[in-house]
Amino acid sequence: MSVSDKNKLLEKMQERVNLIFKDTDCGAILAKGLSMKPDDIINMVTDSGLRGRGGAGFPTGIKWRGAASASGNKKYVICNADEGEPGTFKDRRILDEQSDKVITGMAICAYAVGASEGYIYLRGEYNFLKDKLQSNCDRWNKIFNSKGINFSVNVRSGSGAYVCGEETALIESMEGNRGEPRNKPPFPVGAGYMNEPTVVNNVETLAYVATIIEKGADYFKSIGTKDSMGGKVFSVSGDCSVKGVYELPLGMTIEEFVNIFGDGDTKAVQVGGASGVCVPRKNFATTVIGFEGVPTGGSMMLFNSSRSMYHVLKNFLEFFEEESCGQCTPCRVGCQQLLKGIEAIRAGEKPMSYLDELRKLAATMSVASKCGLGQSVASPFNSITEHFREEICY
Amino acid sequence: MEKVTLTINDKKVTVDKGTTILNAAKQVGVRIPTLCHHEDLCIAGNCRVCVVEQKGTRALVASCAVPAAEGMQIYTNTKKVREARKTIIELLLSEHAGECTSCYRSGNCELQALAQEYLADGDKFIDVADRSPIDISSPAIVKDDSKCIRCLRCVRTCAELQGVSALWSVNKGNHTKVSTFMNKPMHYVVCTNCGQCINRCPTGALTERNYIEDVWAAIDDPQVHVVVQTAPAVRVGLGEALGMEPGAIVTGKMVAALKALGFNSVLDTDFTADLTIIEEGTELLLRLKEALVEKKNVALPMMTSCSPGWIKFIEHQYPELLDNLSTCKSPQQMFGALAKTYYAKKKGIDPARMISVSIMPCTAKKFEAARPEMNSSGFRDVDYVLTTRELAHMIRQAGIDFRSLPEEKYDSIMGESTGAAVIFGTTGGVMEAALRTAYEIVTGREVPFKNLNIEPVRGMEGIKSAKIKIENVKDEWKFLEGAELSVAVAHGLANADKLMKEIKSGKANFHFIEIMACPGGCIGGGGQPIPTSPEIRKKRADAIYVADSSLPLRKSHDNPEIKLIYEEFLHEPLGHHSHELLHTHYTPRRSRA
Ligand SMILES: Cc1cc2nc3c(=O)[nH]c(=O)nc-3n(C[C@H](O)[C@H](O)[C@H](O)COP(=O)(O)O)c2cc1C
Ligand code: SF4
Repeated sequence: MSVSDKNKLLEKMQERVNLIFKDTDCGAILAKGLSMKPDDIINMVTDSGLRGRGGAGFPTGIKWRGAASASGNKKYVICNADEGEPGTFKDRRILDEQSDKVITGMAICAYAVGASEGYIYLRGEYNFLKDKLQSNCDRWNKIFNSKGINFSVNVRSGSGAYVCGEETALIESMEGNRGEPRNKPPFPVGAGYMNEPTVVNNVETLAYVATIIEKGADYFKSIGTKDSMGGKVFSVSGDCSVKGVYELPLGMTIEEFVNIFGDGDTKAVQVGGASGVCVPRKNFATTVIGFEGVPTGGSMMLFNSSRSMYHVLKNFLEFFEEESCGQCTPCRVGCQQLLKGIEAIRAGEKPMSYLDELRKLAATMSVASKCGLGQSVASPFNSITEHFREEICY
Repeated sequence: MEKVTLTINDKKVTVDKGTTILNAAKQVGVRIPTLCHHEDLCIAGNCRVCVVEQKGTRALVASCAVPAAEGMQIYTNTKKVREARKTIIELLLSEHAGECTSCYRSGNCELQALAQEYLADGDKFIDVADRSPIDISSPAIVKDDSKCIRCLRCVRTCAELQGVSALWSVNKGNHTKVSTFMNKPMHYVVCTNCGQCINRCPTGALTERNYIEDVWAAIDDPQVHVVVQTAPAVRVGLGEALGMEPGAIVTGKMVAALKALGFNSVLDTDFTADLTIIEEGTELLLRLKEALVEKKNVALPMMTSCSPGWIKFIEHQYPELLDNLSTCKSPQQMFGALAKTYYAKKKGIDPARMISVSIMPCTAKKFEAARPEMNSSGFRDVDYVLTTRELAHMIRQAGIDFRSLPEEKYDSIMGESTGAAVIFGTTGGVMEAALRTAYEIVTGREVPFKNLNIEPVRGMEGIKSAKIKIENVKDEWKFLEGAELSVAVAHGLANADKLMKEIKSGKANFHFIEIMACPGGCIGGGGQPIPTSPEIRKKRADAIYVADSSLPLRKSHDNPEIKLIYEEFLHEPLGHHSHELLHTHYTPRRSRA
């Protein structure tokens, strides 16, 4: 495909969605939301098919229903802006350009579930956004106050640990403790921040809430597929002809995606960041980007044939070895063993068959780790070692 | 109580709502292995050894942390579960220096037992143990990170039970470890040396500093007279370390074993426990008199000072309350000071050639014995402190068949004691002993409790209190007529901390307070046999009270050797000699490190 054809195709795909980065009147959206019954908002969000954009893809309406029916002295809404997944940088742009939508989404969520306080947990490395975000929060807080809405929103800063994006570790961190995931149950919707019912949603999820209120559930549903409704903001990086942040419909195949973004020599796409799966060229045509295929929090990393998948995997494992919170055995020790293991195979200190032990170890990590971090290390490990075994061993 | 019904391995079981899967399984006779779980501590759910399969759920669930729910179907012994557990154990073995043959905890190590049970391969994964130098800075506690499996029982013990937080989990990922404030050596932080972390460490990462070889060397030296004293709680703990049931009372066998080991004089710390009561009881009455009659500004409530973990705690955390501590040394240190003076003189032994050893349920006593001021005999008063566990090691090393050993009696003098001294071994015991004597001094009558058993200060409640009305007093105590003596007892430093806060804020008002650093008192001491649990501590405490009630003398002032030492040597409580040998002072310390 020529460059101009690619650009045309990209424009066409973007036009099909174009919700997040288009300026709208958030005051009007808020007014519309507040004119509805809380229950109807939850029904509408459920009906839209919106699933969490932070990676796990939990249905947002169901989460809100849980928080709405939970009893507590006070309820909270937290916007997860920790964006720590390697290869993900879309929340940064949303917060930079469209924080009104995010804050509106939070206020609507608060109204729907009965929460009175909101926090944006901002990744430590995004501190340059903090003042701007906080002043926008202050501006909105005045609006909430003037309209008699019992809600306020403020920014809290993280300190750079990847695991603090995990919602219960995030809550621990907000409470001033070590950022370590909690045992679940209880889930945050029942007992979260300060042990009170808490909704934690991704930046993008909350921004989409605003657009769903604005345009209706049906409009949102009409984009994407039956299992993956709506649009998605992607962070595209690696060996690409174009890279950056793009909002596209869910449900594309990797092939379609690579046709637009690839450099013509793409051998693998890592979908969903370091904790996602690696799709090799032979599966591009049959793999759908979405909950029915490869789910993603937005990160799409493209690798061309000049890249060593050993180094890609090693880089991911170095990340996990350090970013594991270190509390549970499978993840703390498992990450070290996976890294040391492939190094040892490479160096000839362990036989190639050791790779199968490591793949079994990764499988155990995926069922026995305490949180999503340790549970997801098997995704990159087992997909890369399955499709690129030779590159790992030699 | 709301109930839920679930199945465990297809067996139906109904439990109270909130019961964990682990405990529900226990009710149907299914044992699920655990490592980070401990009955005394909050749930961590981090070792993952207890994972089980829940039908309909992709991931395994940690049975120690997940409450049973209605209709849950749990399987504890599937292929998936067995494989995961074995892998987890193998991962733990890879970060644990597997030097079992030379490990102090070998044979009593939970990781070793599990590895054996699952036939885990210790060499499957690459060795990633943390080989930081072993921390031997403390005279009491040795910390070896290469054995640590990050279960954080020690961290939870130190924070939850002891309110000290000397140990904490630091760093993340592969650098996660248990460490101290700014990674300082144990001797230079707020550690109280109580050893509760040791009692709950599943491996050999935390152990007592052991002095077994030094004591053998003393015994082997024909020039040296080795005196040994045994603390009250050891006699109800030692049996456990030698294969007997918790709560076995082994006083006579222990004495026989000590003689067989070659100690020259086998004496009893209980003797100085009785002496403590006389000194401390008198001190209390004097303070009350100064406050009530002379209207002096004396520090009340008076607090006990026999627990060296507590002493270090208050020195760090509440230095402003040091005047409230009784100036009495602990029975161990009173004993040490008298051994090299009174005992040496009476027996014609040169104190320079005497080594004094104590057998303690306690690790903090090692620190106490090493305090620079503990040399009032002119020598170091107590040379070596061995824990109950170390003594058990020596008995095994000597090939002594402990169970069939005929009982023997303590040597004389300083071997005689009363029931009041025995109960020093459990929470509330010092208070009870003190009341038995003080009440009688003041009124001339026995304490008005059935069989002298002062029930309100007994039991395992964290903070206990009691009030005792004093009536029809003797003439010299007229100022106490009609007074109500108000006392409190706390064990476990977190409870002590709570009580101190109440006292400082003026919420609590007492005359006399007993504090023991360890949960359950000395019977739960940091030097006692491992494992520990509420049930085990209860059995040891029950044994203490049996030992008390089966003795002919149960009040410290009735001890004939106590009468003798005042006649011959000390002359009067709080007298000149007492001050020199039996009383001490304290050192304010910083609250962080
Ligand atoms: C290790 C780890 C890191 C995570 N990091 C993030 C993150 O940076 N941002 C985010 O929104 N969700 C992150 N999540 C997912 C959150 O736990 C949670 O599912 C999400 O915030 C829920 O919001 P959503 O339903 O709107 O996606 C992370 C999860 C794990 C296990
Ligand atoms: S899986 Fe990893 S990050 Fe999650 S709790 Fe366990 S050690 Fe911590």
